[in-house]
Amino acid sequence: MHNQPDSRGADPVVSIDGVWFGYDPARPVLRDIDLAIPRGAVVGIMGQSGCGKTTLLHLIMGAYVPSRGRATVLGHDTAGLDGAGLFAMRRRMGMLFQFGALFTDLSVYENVAFPMRENTALPEDVLHDLVMMKLQAVGLRGAAQLMPSELSGGMSRRVALARSIALDPELILYDEPFTGLDPISFGVIVRLIRELNDSLGATSIVVTHDVQEALDVVDYAYFMAAGQVIEKGTPDEVRASRHPFMRQFVNGLPDGPVPFHYPAADYAGELEATLP
Amino acid sequence: MNRSTIDLWVGIFVAAGLGALLFLALKVGNLASFANNQTYQVNAKFANIGGLKVRAPVKSAGVVVGRVSDIQFDNESYEALVKINLDVNYQFPRDTTAKILTSGILGEQYVGLEAGGDGVMLKSGDRLRLTQSAVVLENLISQFLFNKAAEGKDAPKDPAK
Amino acid sequence: MMPNWVGMRLAARARLEGLGSNVTSVIWRLGFAARFLGYLVAHSGTAMRRFRLTVAEVYFAGVLSLVIILVSGLFVGMVLALQGYETLQRFGASESLGVLVALSLVRELGPVVAGLLFASRAGSAITAEIGLMKATEQISAMEMMAVDPIARVVAPRFWGGVISMPLLAALFSAMGVFGGYLIGVQLIGVDAGAFWSQMQAAVDLRNDIWNGVLKSIVFGIAVTWIAVFEGYDAPPTAEGVSRATTRTVVTSSLAILALDFILTALMFTGGNAP
Repeated sequence: MHNQPDSRGADPVVSIDGVWFGYDPARPVLRDIDLAIPRGAVVGIMGQSGCGKTTLLHLIMGAYVPSRGRATVLGHDTAGLDGAGLFAMRRRMGMLFQFGALFTDLSVYENVAFPMRENTALPEDVLHDLVMMKLQAVGLRGAAQLMPSELSGGMSRRVALARSIALDPELILYDEPFTGLDPISFGVIVRLIRELNDSLGATSIVVTHDVQEALDVVDYAYFMAAGQVIEKGTPDEVRASRHPFMRQFVNGLPDGPVPFHYPAADYAGELEATLP
Repeated sequence: MNRSTIDLWVGIFVAAGLGALLFLALKVGNLASFANNQTYQVNAKFANIGGLKVRAPVKSAGVVVGRVSDIQFDNESYEALVKINLDVNYQFPRDTTAKILTSGILGEQYVGLEAGGDGVMLKSGDRLRLTQSAVVLENLISQFLFNKAAEGKDAPKDPAK
Repeated sequence: MMPNWVGMRLAARARLEGLGSNVTSVIWRLGFAARFLGYLVAHSGTAMRRFRLTVAEVYFAGVLSLVIILVSGLFVGMVLALQGYETLQRFGASESLGVLVALSLVRELGPVVAGLLFASRAGSAITAEIGLMKATEQISAMEMMAVDPIARVVAPRFWGGVISMPLLAALFSAMGVFGGYLIGVQLIGVDAGAFWSQMQAAVDLRNDIWNGVLKSIVFGIAVTWIAVFEGYDAPPTAEGVSRATTRTVVTSSLAILALDFILTALMFTGGNAP
């Protein structure tokens, strides 16, 4: 462990050490990633679309194992887990998917009850109280009997959030939680991420490309580009970064180290070639 | 759609499906006429069985009393060995005659039993000694033609008689 | 001349290689589908223990297909009676109309037509549903909640379809016989006694009815297997799901016809063949 971020807890909840990974071994998506997520923190993993941050999230979920290096999540090396071990680990995790991924054939109530029904044998009245408590936490107790098709984008994101905290997870993962939300819903989700993290005593990882807004909520941020971590630090450190990519990314400039144009032949030359 | 409505509909569906099966078995099929009745087996040898098939009915006086269970070729007597399952409710004398008959002109072939007068009844495994083969149309026609030809030869002699 | 030859040889080789890789990928998919079925059956505990999940799928696959099955069965039976009467009366055998209608339905048309309708009504719906659940990350969400989606989503749908199909086929046949009775006896005026008694004499419980039921069970397994597999294997995009749905209908229709041929050859040529 050659690099040691300022972890507040003694043992990090998630630690990624020198991880390489590629769906196709010849073309690695992640190249030598080092990460340590301390207990209790809200950590942002940010970067452009296609930089490998979602893949990194899949590695933390245990959906894939690193081709080189180690991914340790909640004290388990993900490579050493069998199916049952993986499920045992996931029962301690919650995940919010990009568009919520609510079960469309179940009501809001049943959606939130789903992880409890499947993973516990709680009596119906206890279950009812727990579901209502979770829905209350996201402000949607009144929507319990609605179907997902009757919800707005922001509301379904909140229901999904209630569902992902149903089993009081130690680690909550957010995959692009802000995509396609109006400013009000956006603000609600940002606030909920922080509140739920602190009230549950959980640890949160937010994968996003909405840099400005995410920097308001996270304690620590990692920036990725082309499968590597290029910058890390507290929001203030990141904002002050002199890295040219960071300046482009944080300020949303169209051109910079990341070019506006996809690599192509010279335009003028191509036009001439098509002339008769 | 709440749960009890779904249960109700699925219940109706399953009941209707089973009802349809029962309808097919009882009304369309022949479950009522001995499907599971006890049977005993006898066999018979025929010089020619024509188009008789396994599971063809065995009738006596027009009533179905059993079915053909097996047809083999006996390589010693060069005859067809037909095994017949008869309903235990029907007993036949030992000298019963078995014939291969046809229902209608183009109908299926079946085995007809004609009871004899013996006091001893057939037991399982017995052999029916008296048999009559199937009427084969080609043989019938050639016989008919042969007779005609013979008549034609005899005819001129008749007036001389 | 020479370069032309080389070009042709290369093109032929490319085509052969294409064919080879197509065959390989078909076999690979078949193997994957078989493994999928094995896993699915082995993980059917949830579908059986919480039978309500399966009951709900019987509702979607069976009850919702009832109308189309019953109406089609009625019409097929009525058409059979009309056509059959036309032919039979030429031989003076119009009394055998019941036999014709019942045997055609119970042996062939019941299982096959009900199977085809089931594939396009229920099979496509199952594929689309599972495919969409995958495309909207519901399947991944389930995995993240430590729930096996094959046990929770796929197995109940599979068993729901397998239970529904024989019942639908029986209803189709029964409805068809009823339709034949309506046309043959009520409309044309074939003697009702002859209609039923000849039918009962000719239709054998084991050889005809049970074999027909067996066919419908096999078709039910095949169609539902194809439907759940195509849904689970669909690329998680709108285009992928729509293609998978089409493939379910095409593949399962072909599978029904091919299986029907094989099963018929096995069942009804037993007779007194040497």
